[in-house]
Amino acid sequence: MTSARFYRQRAGLLAAMVLTGIATAVAGEIAPADRKSGYDFMSAQARAMQDDDTANPGMLSVLDGEASWNKKAGAAQKSCADCHGDATTSMQGVAARYPAYDAAHGRPITLPQRINLCRSENQKATPFPAENAEWLALSAFVGQQSRGMPITPPDDSRLAATLEKGRALYFLRQGQLNLSCAQCHDDNWQQKLSGNPIQQGQATGYPVYRLEWQGMGSLERRLRNCMFGVRAEPFAYGSEQHLALALYLRARAAGLKIETPAVRP
Amino acid sequence: MMSRALVHVPKTATQGGVIAIKTLISHPMETGYRHGDTGARIPRNIINRFTCTYNGEEVFRADLHPAVAANPYITFHTVATETGVLAFTWVADDGETHTELANITVD
Amino acid sequence: MMVMMTTMDHGANILGSERARPTRRIVLRGFCALAGGAALGAVAAPQTARATPEEKDAAIKQVTGGATVQKGRVHLDIPPLAENGNTVAMTVKVDSPMTAADYVKAIHVFNEKNPQPDVISFHLGPRAGKADISTRVRLADSQTVTAIAQMSDGTFWSDSADIIVTLAACTEDFIP
Repeated sequence: MTSARFYRQRAGLLAAMVLTGIATAVAGEIAPADRKSGYDFMSAQARAMQDDDTANPGMLSVLDGEASWNKKAGAAQKSCADCHGDATTSMQGVAARYPAYDAAHGRPITLPQRINLCRSENQKATPFPAENAEWLALSAFVGQQSRGMPITPPDDSRLAATLEKGRALYFLRQGQLNLSCAQCHDDNWQQKLSGNPIQQGQATGYPVYRLEWQGMGSLERRLRNCMFGVRAEPFAYGSEQHLALALYLRARAAGLKIETPAVRP
Repeated sequence: MMSRALVHVPKTATQGGVIAIKTLISHPMETGYRHGDTGARIPRNIINRFTCTYNGEEVFRADLHPAVAANPYITFHTVATETGVLAFTWVADDGETHTELANITVD
Repeated sequence: MMVMMTTMDHGANILGSERARPTRRIVLRGFCALAGGAALGAVAAPQTARATPEEKDAAIKQVTGGATVQKGRVHLDIPPLAENGNTVAMTVKVDSPMTAADYVKAIHVFNEKNPQPDVISFHLGPRAGKADISTRVRLADSQTVTAIAQMSDGTFWSDSADIIVTLAACTEDFIP
């Protein structure tokens, strides 16, 4: 049997198994009491890696972010600290309430986008490109200031339309495998895929240090990986779809604690 | 490459006690087995040596190969012999080195 | 959804069959794309050389010079199932008084399925106090990892551990 044919059989089997699985699984969102972070599904070793700040590789990025926070940049020659002072006070709780509506720009934005807007508009520096190490480091540093705090999506009616778009994307079947996020992460969490448990897809610790990447990465990168997995064209970095999904995922994770910088397999 | 290192050494220790030291450094540990977008092999560049000296004398050394994970994490033990400085040095294939220092007070 | 790791291929156990292994990696790449990062559509990378158990034994012999290696005194702690082969936590401890008269000189760790058999070597001495070292390693496939301790009295001791790896290191290219 050639490997190509073998592989196609498996892809078909996977799709078939998921389709039959759907009939028996409960469709719909996860109740607040049942929400679990990806942390709960990891091995003891991965959890130990995350829990120890002297062993968590994400902390290297946080330290880089702290250095960037204090570094003057751009034509304005300003550092984040020049306006925002000590991040341990000024940034506390910020990550817990993002994505938020940005009145100045008339749209919802994620925290990394907020950081990049500050960079271009206030520091007058070139905005960071997608997955730029310094951008991830700043996002990790700011995110870490909310570590341990519950995710508290803002109760803002201006976010409603984008939230609905995000929900629709989450339940949309995509790709050649024709799977939606919900089918794995709402309906089949606790089951296993290739020996690893399927977790709920609660984005509590971004940017994360992902063992698969051997480095830091954003939520957008993780979602793109998932979309490759179902053989869908991944959403472009910085797209409206990513923003809508980020907003919906946050609402879905309400109450769970921020873990940035998290470690994930 | 080695932009950031995290070293954890207890600040104080009793004479003769065994202390645990934790080290973590950022480095991609490029194996030389990966291929980029064009299919061309990305050349190997790893940290190949890590040493710890205690007031100048080597107390621990590790020879690393591509099988060591990115952002190498190494923890080990040493006897707290005297007050002084522990120096940690990482050396990469391309000649880049990084050193971190930690003080310890031993009574 | 049924558990993925059921027998599918003419009854051959997906984990156990030597013959099934290269195909299993391609299949798991598809499944793992959901859990991991490899694209189903990605072209398999040009074949990477692989160590074999024989190469591992040869590498061990280089260190021991052919001397007998006794099982014991060494404790290699590695999880039985790796969440991700790119970063596997590993601890090696050796029973030794670590005195000037009797100590561990070196600990060498070897593998049998990565492109190369060497993993890492640690050089200690009586100043170590304890032979207890932790690190994180990459594993390219399910395999046996072996730690060899070289003692100050010239003897060699070892421990081995089996580990199952579903998401491999070294042989997967990254997805942006």
